[in-house]
Amino acid sequence: MEHETKIEIRDLNVFAGKNQILKNINIDIPKNKITVILGPSGCGKTTLLKCMNRLTDLYPELKVSGRIMIDNNNILAAKEDIYKLRQQMGLLSQRPYPLPMTIYNNIAYALKLRGIKKRREIHKLVLHYLQQANLWDEVRDRMREPAVRLSIGQQQRLCLARGLAVNPEIILADEPTSALDPISSQFIEETFSKLKNDYTIVLVTHILRQAKRIANHVVFMYLGEVIEQGSVEEVFGNPKMEKTKLYLGGTFN
Amino acid sequence: MYLLNRVQRHRVNSTWMVISLALVAFLPFLLFIGLYLKSAMLLRDYSLFDLVFSKIWKPSSGQFGFYPFIVGSVWVTMLAMIITAPVCLLTAIYVTQYTRKFVLRIMHPAIDILAGIPSVVYGLWGILVIVPFISRYLGPWLEVKTMGYSILAAAFVLSIMIIPFVLNILIEIFKAIPVELKEATWSLGATEWQTIKHVLLRKALPGIIAAFGFGLARAFGETMAVLMVVGNVVKLPKSVFDPGYTLPALIANNYGEMLSIPKYDSALMFAALLLLVVSLFFNLVMHFFIVKFNKY
Repeated sequence: MEHETKIEIRDLNVFAGKNQILKNINIDIPKNKITVILGPSGCGKTTLLKCMNRLTDLYPELKVSGRIMIDNNNILAAKEDIYKLRQQMGLLSQRPYPLPMTIYNNIAYALKLRGIKKRREIHKLVLHYLQQANLWDEVRDRMREPAVRLSIGQQQRLCLARGLAVNPEIILADEPTSALDPISSQFIEETFSKLKNDYTIVLVTHILRQAKRIANHVVFMYLGEVIEQGSVEEVFGNPKMEKTKLYLGGTFN
Repeated sequence: MYLLNRVQRHRVNSTWMVISLALVAFLPFLLFIGLYLKSAMLLRDYSLFDLVFSKIWKPSSGQFGFYPFIVGSVWVTMLAMIITAPVCLLTAIYVTQYTRKFVLRIMHPAIDILAGIPSVVYGLWGILVIVPFISRYLGPWLEVKTMGYSILAAAFVLSIMIIPFVLNILIEIFKAIPVELKEATWSLGATEWQTIKHVLLRKALPGIIAAFGFGLARAFGETMAVLMVVGNVVKLPKSVFDPGYTLPALIANNYGEMLSIPKYDSALMFAALLLLVVSLFFNLVMHFFIVKFNKY
């Protein structure tokens, strides 16, 4: 492989009680590319994403084992400062969850968590990240309004801006367009394509066309297992496994 | 076959609904009007200002000053809320955010049992435990003279009474916050405490105000338990260790007795009217804050 690996997942197993959600996951996620995790609902894509920024800690019933190496640092073993670790990754969830504050403060809150205290700098950066998320032109006059007054598509872009504001190296996106209208979805996709030069993007989706449009690297999962992974040309153009062929052919969902 | 066709049945059923609604909506009005008419005799002879702010209560010589009762009620209620609010808020946050789910499953029925205990039992407990505790230990320790029957005792019993109600509402409010919102702030690198302080509390604020308002209204109107431990002395309390008298206790202690005294009956009705108006006021203020904070 010619490109650098950013995230290396080795022998990852996740149990919820006796139920195994993820089985022996081994994935290499390339740096500064869009990696799409593809698969039918309930195959463990979201859980996989949550393992990567230790959100699994929120659910005491989940037992996680294995290794997730980011820049040669096993984040699953990290004991101290999980909070710093989470800031390496921005998260975009299925539905936008703006924080209960103004549009401006949604971004400023993230900046403050990052340790930026100077008002002038916060001002400058809020503007910067809103522009980066393609939202600035729509909200420039509404900065003091509650964030929940934005449309769903705008809220999702606000959440993206908020995620970028902690200055991550990785963006984790969990079906970020599933609740959005086509135009907002397109906005998000375009933004991702621009952002991949600076960020490593992991995108969970079940929309095949979306995967085809923007992916560089594809991981196909089924029932908690990785069936196939490779570049988008390999997986879409010439799938090796029977299940991948069936899924791409639309035979099962 | 039905006697009426389905459109007719719809009309009949909705008529009943409108009647029930009217009953519920007009009852408070009727109550208000009834109390007003009954206390009109008193209001004709005395100015409202004098009634509310005069300190002298001597019905036999025609002096009706409600100020000591109002002050007593406000002190007891406020003190009870000062005890209740932090206890409930901290407990609710702890059980919903820090403990495993089974703790909540055990606590919920326990809280419900506490909420179901009759207020007379709380009052008795106050007489047997709280009053002696204050007169024998707390008073001497703080070097104040007190006989135990006091504003403090009433506030204490009252807070124990309303904690289960307020706590139950608060727990429901914190449980209703979507876990994704927590995930969102965690993913930004917030600690548990930062999440609670900046996001959860703010999200829950309208609900928290509503819960406290509900507790306040209950505390203000509570009669029996307060009456048993507050001392029932018509005097302006100088400290929380002094005995006092509350508006509900005034009505409960005296209605049906001494009604031969002129205007006494009317004065008690005025006390009830005051209670109603103050509760209404609490509700309005609460509503104002809920609307104000609900926009986020």
